[in-house]
Parts: sequence; structure tokens; C-alpha cells
Amino acid sequence: MTRWIESQRNILDYTLSSLLRRKGKNASLLFVYTLVVFILASAMFFLQGMKREAALLLRETPEIVVQGMLQGRYDPIPDTHLEKIRSIRGVLSAETRLWGYYYDPVAGANYTLLVPRDRTITGDAIVIGNGLSRVRQVFPGDILSFRGRDGTNRPFVVEGTFPAESELVSADLILVSAEGFRSLFGLPPSRATDIVVTVRNPREVRTVARKIAEMLPEARPILRDEIARTYDSVFDWRGGIVLVLLSMSLLAFAILAWDKASGLSAEERREIGILKAIGWETSDVIAAKVYEGWFVSFFAFTLGLLIAYWHVFFTSAALFAPALKGWSVLYPDFRITPFVDPYQVAVLFFLTVVPYTAATVVPSWRAAIVDPDAVMRT
Amino acid sequence: MIRLLDVRKGFNLGKPNAFVAVSGITLTLEANRVTVLKGPSGSGKTTLLSLVGCMARPTSGRITLTGRFPGFNGSAGEPDLREIEVTSLPERFLTKVRQRTFGFVFQQFNLIGGLTVLENIMLPAIPLGERHDVTRERALALLDLFGLGGRADARVEWLSGGEAQRSAIARALINDPPVVIADEPTAHLDSKLSLEFMDIIALLKDRGKTAIIASHDPLVSEAGMVDRVVAMRDGLIDGEPA
Repeated sequence: MTRWIESQRNILDYTLSSLLRRKGKNASLLFVYTLVVFILASAMFFLQGMKREAALLLRETPEIVVQGMLQGRYDPIPDTHLEKIRSIRGVLSAETRLWGYYYDPVAGANYTLLVPRDRTITGDAIVIGNGLSRVRQVFPGDILSFRGRDGTNRPFVVEGTFPAESELVSADLILVSAEGFRSLFGLPPSRATDIVVTVRNPREVRTVARKIAEMLPEARPILRDEIARTYDSVFDWRGGIVLVLLSMSLLAFAILAWDKASGLSAEERREIGILKAIGWETSDVIAAKVYEGWFVSFFAFTLGLLIAYWHVFFTSAALFAPALKGWSVLYPDFRITPFVDPYQVAVLFFLTVVPYTAATVVPSWRAAIVDPDAVMRT
Repeated sequence: MIRLLDVRKGFNLGKPNAFVAVSGITLTLEANRVTVLKGPSGSGKTTLLSLVGCMARPTSGRITLTGRFPGFNGSAGEPDLREIEVTSLPERFLTKVRQRTFGFVFQQFNLIGGLTVLENIMLPAIPLGERHDVTRERALALLDLFGLGGRADARVEWLSGGEAQRSAIARALINDPPVVIADEPTAHLDSKLSLEFMDIIALLKDRGKTAIIASHDPLVSEAGMVDRVVAMRDGLIDGEPA
């Protein structure tokens, strides 16, 4: 056993020196391989990160949202509807919400303004998202002015910023007081943006929604499931783009592996012949080639993965973002919360390292099964 | 001692390009002797060498080796002297016998480019599982023996013809084999280097090694330390000159 371990160590030593001998070839191979893993891993991290952000977002979404409608489009809802909705059997609670979008020409970004229900904000105070803080370079204590509906500037005092649990939710978010919100947007006190409804029994959500629709023909109830479906389709579409990206990367990888599999250089073949002639067994040659494949593969895989992690979570997937991110909330530079799914990393590992190693071994095996005397006959 | 009994070797048998390189040779090669296989190109010298050196199997006939073969007597410690028939051994065992019994010097030297002289010399010992520093010590001692002490870290591309040849011999000896097999070792050497090669063979003989050399170079077959010349033609032994 000790002898076997020692011989494998010696073979490994030889493999490493072989890799260094063919620096140019191996460096270019490593570069291409790392690039392929980087693209695959970036796409994987990005899609996963986005889905996770969306899941966090949906967790906070109410079961039913009731919007006012005018001419088939959204309209602020009268708060008189609140009592009518509360009177429906099965409704646990119904609350008005105040929220809206503000386009900031200075940053070229859309912000989401929201009056929080679980937090009291008074007067001119606001709490802002990290993205906004970065874009406008405003921090707690600073004053941020927005142009109101009447054309005048409305100053707000930044009271705080959000922790970065999920930047998709909070990057462009501004929490504002009810009076601040109404004065900025010119919304009358009797109107609200929408009404959120919670239902006692989740199985009755559809029934309650139907009753709301019957009772308030000018209003539109929206279910959480419907929002989830919208998100799903949005992510599926983006997922489709990612899939194209993945397929192209896999194709590139297949070409790389095929190139490797289709043959060894004359120099490598000669070297294998010499090794066989001086007493190496076929299995020794294959072991050396497996180590070589593993080393290149593992190094490229790790490097590609690390660069992809940095790319997605530290540069906000700068290469993909223009094509894959949405509008509005994402205008401020938002960063995806780092999250790595070990299962997906394992899948990527088996899609790259294993076939590549196999591709390295096959031609070596074919070269190594030649008779040891082949070197003498050439 | 190596014994060949009616050994034949054919290539591509059953195909239009079939040919028989060795056509039934019976020969005994004594230990601690220098034997030269002499003959024109195509006479079967190299094929016979590869059969003797367990690099290829004969199409028919038997080859037996007498020696100490580690791992073949089933017990630990120094193995006993025994005779084994190598023609019927599975490849793994045949390789083991070859690793421990024969050292090969090829016509083209066949050193691996990009590696240093020392690394090249240590190559045959890699699969044996010996500790790296032990092999290295032995390799350095061989380099000193052949006057290459200062060239251990030189890459083989930088070696002169004579240095490359001595490196190839050192590599053949790294596992301390009892038999050295050389195939046309002087084909690419001038007379001075050829004589130098034969001096090394004399040195090895003094150290108890057996040498089997295939060559049509008179400098080799007529050298003083050669014990026996086996003339070959058309895959057969032509007769042993006195």
C-alpha cells in the first residue's frame, strides 16, 4: 500500500512537471476552460440570486390586493371601500396602502415610495434604500428634495437606510410618512393607492376575491398567486435567455473537450510510447493523464467559479445585467445577495470536470495500449 | 540466463501486408556476458531484442528467464533464483519482470524533452513506488559514474550527442537491472563516442551485468569485451562466427 501511494505521488510529481513543460498550451487551455466555467457559473448564480430575491419579495406580498379602476386602468381607490371589504365573511383584515413611483431625473432612476404600515414615520422624515443612497450619495441626516405634483420642491430628511437583506426589495425604496406622501403626489385624504386584504382561511382566498369583485365592480382584486405567476413568467423569460447562454457555453465546452478527446499531439504520443518502453504500465500512463486532467479541470473550475461569484455578487453581474434585469426597481445599482446552492455547483462540476477528465483519458488510453516495443520499431 | 526455444514473431498475420520478422530461433544467452546480435537491416535483430526484453510476445515459441523476481515467490525479503517462462505471463506481470530485469538503450536515445537529465534518468523508477529521495540518490550516483555530475539539472535538449547517450545508459540502469539491452546504440555516434559507449559496456560487464546489443556496426561486434556475436539474416540465426 505504501509503495502504491509512493508511486502515485511520484506519478503526480511527474504530471505537475509535465504541465509546466507545456506552459503555453496548458495556459491557453486553462483560459478557455475558466472562461466557460465562468459564463456557466455566472448565469447560474445570477438566475438563482434573482429567483431568491423574488421569493423574498413574494413572501411579503399580501394575499389579495384591491385596486381601483378607471377606464380599464389603475386609479386610486376610495377609502370608503375599506368597510365594505371588512364586512365580507372570511376577511381577517383590510388596510389601505400608500405607495407610488417617483422618477428622479438627477439619477435617471425610478424610486418606489411607500408609507409603511408596521413602522411610524412622521413629518419630513424618510428612510431610503442602499441603491438610492449610493446613487445620490445621501446618508442619514442629509436632505433629499423631490419635485412635487404642484411643481414645488419638497425637502425630506433622511432618517436612515435599509440593511441589505434583499436589495431587490429595498434598493430603490423610500419609506415616507403618509402626509409627506400625500403632499408630494397630491393624493386626497379620502383616497389610497390600494387596499390589502388578509383572509382567515387560505382556501377561501378565491371566494373572497370573487365577492369583492361582485361588491365593487369598479375595483380589481389581484391574488398573490397571480403575482407569483407573473414573476414566474418574467423569470422564465429571463431563464430562457440564460438557457441560450448556457447552451452556447456548453457547446463551447463540448468543442473544447472534443478537441482534447480527438487526439494527442505527436509529441505527447511519443512521450507515452517512451514511458511504456522504459517500464510504465498502461495504468500508470492513464493515472498520469487522469491527474493531469483533474488538475487542469479542478483549477479552471475553482477559478471560474470564484470569478463568477465576484462577477454576480460584487459587480451585480455587470456583463449580463443590461439584458437580464428588469426596469424600475433595478435602475439604481442593486446588488444580489450572495447565495450559492451546493446542488447546482455539484451539477456544474459533473457537467464540466467529469466529461473533461474523461475526454483527457480516452486518447491517452488509446495511445497507452500500444505495445511497448513500438518505440523501437519507429 | 535467457533461453529462447523456437521463437517466432510475425506481424499483421492474415493480412496482405503480413511478414515474419523472427522465424524460429532457439538461443541461450548466458548471464554476465556481452552478446551482439549482428546482421543487416531487416534481419530481425530489433524484433528479437524486443522479445528478449519482454516488450513484445512471440507469435509462437517459449522464452524463459532465470533470475530473482520480486513479487513472484509470494514471500517478503530477497527472492530466490528461479526460472520463469515469460511468454505466458499476463501483461501486468510481464511489465513487472521487465521493470526489474531489463534496462533499455534505444537507437534514438528517446530522452523526454523539456525534462532535466536527472528527471529523465529517474523516469523508469517512478511506477515502482520507491521514495523519491532514494531514487534521486541513485540517479545522482549514476550521473557521477558517467561523468555527468554537473549536468543533472540541464535540460536534455542542451546535451551533446555523447552526453545524451550516457544519460540514456544511466536511465537504463536506474532500477539496477541485471540485463542491459541496446538497440543500434552507436547508429548516431561518431567513432570516438562509439568506442566510449563500448567502454561503458565493459564497465557494466565488470559490474556483473549482462549486455545484449543489436548492431551492424563493426566497432561494436569487434570490440574486445564482446563475448559472443550472433549473426542474423532473414529472421534466422546465420551461424556463430568464431
